[in-house]
Amino acid sequence: MSKQEQHWEKTRNLLFITLAIWFVFSIGIFLFGAEMQESSIRPFGYPLTYWFTCQGSLAIFVILIFWFAGRQEKIDDEFGFTEREGEQ
Amino acid sequence: MIKGKFIDNLPKVYGIYTGGFLVFIIIMAIAEQAGMSAKMIGIFFVAFTVLIYALIGWLSRTLQTDAYYVAGRQVPTVFNGMATAADWMSGASFVAMAGGIYFKGYGYMALLVGWTGGYVLVASLLAPYLRKFGCYTVPDFIGTRYGGNLARFSAVIVLTVASFTYVTAQINATGTIASVALDIPFNIAVYVGLLSILMCSMLGGMRAVTWTQVAQYIVLIIAYLLPVFWISNNIGAGFFPHFMLADEVARIAELEGQFGFVKNSAADLATVPKGLAGITKPHSSVNATPWAFISLAVCMMAGTASLPHVMMRYFTTPSVRTARRSVGWSLFFIFLLYSSAPMLATLSKISLMDPTLATGIIGKSVADVQALDWYQNWNQANLMFVSDFNGNGTLELNEFFMKGSAVVLATPEIAGLPYVISGLVAAGGMAAAMSTADGLVLAISNALSHDVYYKIINPKAETAKRLIVARVLLVLIGFAGATIAALEIQGILGSVIWAFDFAMSGLFFPLVLGVWWKRANAPGAVAGMLLGLISGTAYLVWVRNGGSGFLGITQLTFGIVGASVSLVSMIVVSLITAAPDAATQKMVDDVRIPSGKTILGKQH
Repeated sequence: MSKQEQHWEKTRNLLFITLAIWFVFSIGIFLFGAEMQESSIRPFGYPLTYWFTCQGSLAIFVILIFWFAGRQEKIDDEFGFTEREGEQ
Repeated sequence: MIKGKFIDNLPKVYGIYTGGFLVFIIIMAIAEQAGMSAKMIGIFFVAFTVLIYALIGWLSRTLQTDAYYVAGRQVPTVFNGMATAADWMSGASFVAMAGGIYFKGYGYMALLVGWTGGYVLVASLLAPYLRKFGCYTVPDFIGTRYGGNLARFSAVIVLTVASFTYVTAQINATGTIASVALDIPFNIAVYVGLLSILMCSMLGGMRAVTWTQVAQYIVLIIAYLLPVFWISNNIGAGFFPHFMLADEVARIAELEGQFGFVKNSAADLATVPKGLAGITKPHSSVNATPWAFISLAVCMMAGTASLPHVMMRYFTTPSVRTARRSVGWSLFFIFLLYSSAPMLATLSKISLMDPTLATGIIGKSVADVQALDWYQNWNQANLMFVSDFNGNGTLELNEFFMKGSAVVLATPEIAGLPYVISGLVAAGGMAAAMSTADGLVLAISNALSHDVYYKIINPKAETAKRLIVARVLLVLIGFAGATIAALEIQGILGSVIWAFDFAMSGLFFPLVLGVWWKRANAPGAVAGMLLGLISGTAYLVWVRNGGSGFLGITQLTFGIVGASVSLVSMIVVSLITAAPDAATQKMVDDVRIPSGKTILGKQH
């Protein structure tokens, strides 16, 4: 497998992990909205589903993107595909 | 004071700007104490901020194509994040979203999840690859990746339909705010709004829009957060509302139980002015089915990843790496406002509903409420209404009506904050609507001038001529948008949601598969774009005209139909036609790694 194919395979795996986490917090948990709302876990005292829609999922997305960017940069570095300064 | 290049001094320039804006707010507050009228304060706020944006627009004028189309590709990560956040957060986010949450509760909060979750798709599936491509516009990518004028032109059609639907809503929002703040009729205010929008973008294209959007973000975020924190402290709900409003949320649920949701008769409702809504849904409980919630969220997420005015912001960063990080910063700046919207809805509702608060009106005498100053103002503007349906002299929950957009604009006044805050909020709403409208008008006119005029009609056109065409189109599209906005066909939030569905129907899969599926070819992409757009639109028309729909897909989620058709037709047509040639396959390989030259040259 060429260097570029290996790079793409790692990139694709990272995509799948990222999308799996994204799926859980944008779609997965809301399948159980009514059940979660009754949960005794109440972040800052808010009902659980309500909190996820107000803050929880939103904050997780922000963190997820920065984590993804960091991991992708590592993959690019590993294969020497990082852009050099001033290269357009 | 400022030495060296503008780009190197950004933190300093915008630091001074923010300080100056805060000083302006303080001066206005002092003027209010000294007896300046509410009307004058509103006019000062809107006029002052709009003039600043126009000044930035004029200073950023340019005669170069890469500055005009992609701001010279030198916008730093964090500033691009701010500009994207302003580009993204429209009049709908600023003015209408808290109101939607206020009236519809959980069902509408799918928009919060959808409008943020979409950025994960932008960061992981598209933005870095489109940046590596080096395109000027989204159809530029489609046209080059798939090859051929037909693919390019189809992308222009989808882009125009989606962005134009969106831009009418934004011009509508600038008109609404300008008409309230400047006290002029709506159909004139629409053109005042348009003029302000064009001043920002006409001379400098993307470069001007970028630097005005950063300025607009600063105004809109101050204008949104200040009242939220102030009201929260005022009513003793907590100094940091985001973590401290659990008691208020519980209290609203308790009051809702106490007052009850009474359904008004059709005869009573006929007396309520058009467009106003009453509180009919519980504030925090889960009041929508999982499918209703998820389908709306999915449409907004896929729409986010296909709206060209957002995508083109990531063409302006210096590199692929910064494009990726910039998406994270964009979402961070958006998060600051979106996580505050439900808090504002909560504070607004508790202020009105709780009889133990001085500002509470539910349970008070109808005559007293009708005598309130702020009630009379907003009632006159046709944004608020009370009526004693049951004739008992007391205002019940079902007897109070308000327009969704009034929640943000009127709450400071209802909560007893000085008028200077209301003026600030008007300026913030104006900034939000203008910044998005700028991005959209530019996206459409760039697609028409670059992709249709330069790439298809007249490839030999000189730079000067191209930029003149771009500017003429910008003005024409702005005027067309304002003319349609003046007709008021659909509410602000409704049109915005439609725009996402249109974009998702036609562009989501052709964009994503262009990077992630090498086998995708031009006939497949054309089929995906056109059949997706046509089937989505047909479904919308059908449901609008009384069609029953299927699978619980409504006129707000018709993108699910369009995108499914788009995906299937794109795969089928791609597979039954010839695979893309070796050069195209090589191009896709090159897009997938950050290093090396962009596919399209710096100036093209």
